[in-house]
Amino acid sequence: MARTPLGRVRGLGSAKEGTHHWWMQRVTAIALVPLTLWFVVSVIGLVGKPYAAVAGWIGNPIVSVFLILMVIATFYHAWLGIQVVVEDYVHAKAVKITSLLLVKFLCFVLAAASIYSILLISLSG
Amino acid sequence: MASETKGPNRPLSPHLQIYKPQLTSMLSITHRLTGLALAVGTLVLVWWIGAVAAGPEALDDVNDFLSSWLGILLMAGWSYALFYHLLNGIRHLFWDMGAGLELKAAYASGWAVVAGSILLTVIAWAMALGNVGS
Ligand code: HEM
Repeated sequence: MARTPLGRVRGLGSAKEGTHHWWMQRVTAIALVPLTLWFVVSVIGLVGKPYAAVAGWIGNPIVSVFLILMVIATFYHAWLGIQVVVEDYVHAKAVKITSLLLVKFLCFVLAAASIYSILLISLSG
Repeated sequence: MASETKGPNRPLSPHLQIYKPQLTSMLSITHRLTGLALAVGTLVLVWWIGAVAAGPEALDDVNDFLSSWLGILLMAGWSYALFYHLLNGIRHLFWDMGAGLELKAAYASGWAVVAGSILLTVIAWAMALGNVGS
């Protein structure tokens, strides 16, 4: 925990990013409460419906925008959350850095793939 | 610094196995486990949205999997995990604002999370199964 004078001035603590990580985990959590509830209720309404109904729902402009917001909040939140878990349990430096990079990469790719699919459905509808 | 942290008589906190399992600690580890389970569950979300983008046959494949026994089992688990993590997440957010931290309140909200997550899961499945074949 030795803190250099510069580090002390910056006031970012030993994790070097201040409260930003913690704060974004809360911001995404708050956003996910209405977004996931809306999503679950909507998807329950789509159970047993034909393809056109599902594509029509996702392709609705308002729905597309909220789905993209949900995807961003979900993968941002999951990335931050898994990062904390990795930091708690993985202590070998190389393994830790590799895991953290892999988690970040996967969350980014999955978010990008979801957003791309939503846009495809929305723009082809 | 070193002299503070390396004293030979420094008291050690007891190892995890020493503690008796309690509602509060069980709920805490469950929050972490459900968070990780949900992260894995996003794969199905991505698969589902991708399939809708790819067309009706691809969506049929997803639906076939989701209506299999394994699919239903996984969806049951993920739906419970979502409701649990959501409700317990709200409990966390209240704590972050400094509310509900007293032992009695923490137990009461803990039991509310357990009951609420079961209730919401049952309601969600009753609604979903009511739509099958409609
Ligand atoms: C639905 C609304 C959600 C709320 C209100 C919520 C809330 C929270 C909160 C407050 C934390 C921090 C807990 C702590 O400080 O110990 C957290 C952690 C976490 N969340 Fe969520 N979350 C939600 C959805 C999700 C989803 C959809 C995922 C996965 C894709 C997820 C994955 C995680 C993970 C992996 C952690 C880290 C667990 C830990 O550090 O022990 N959460 N969540």
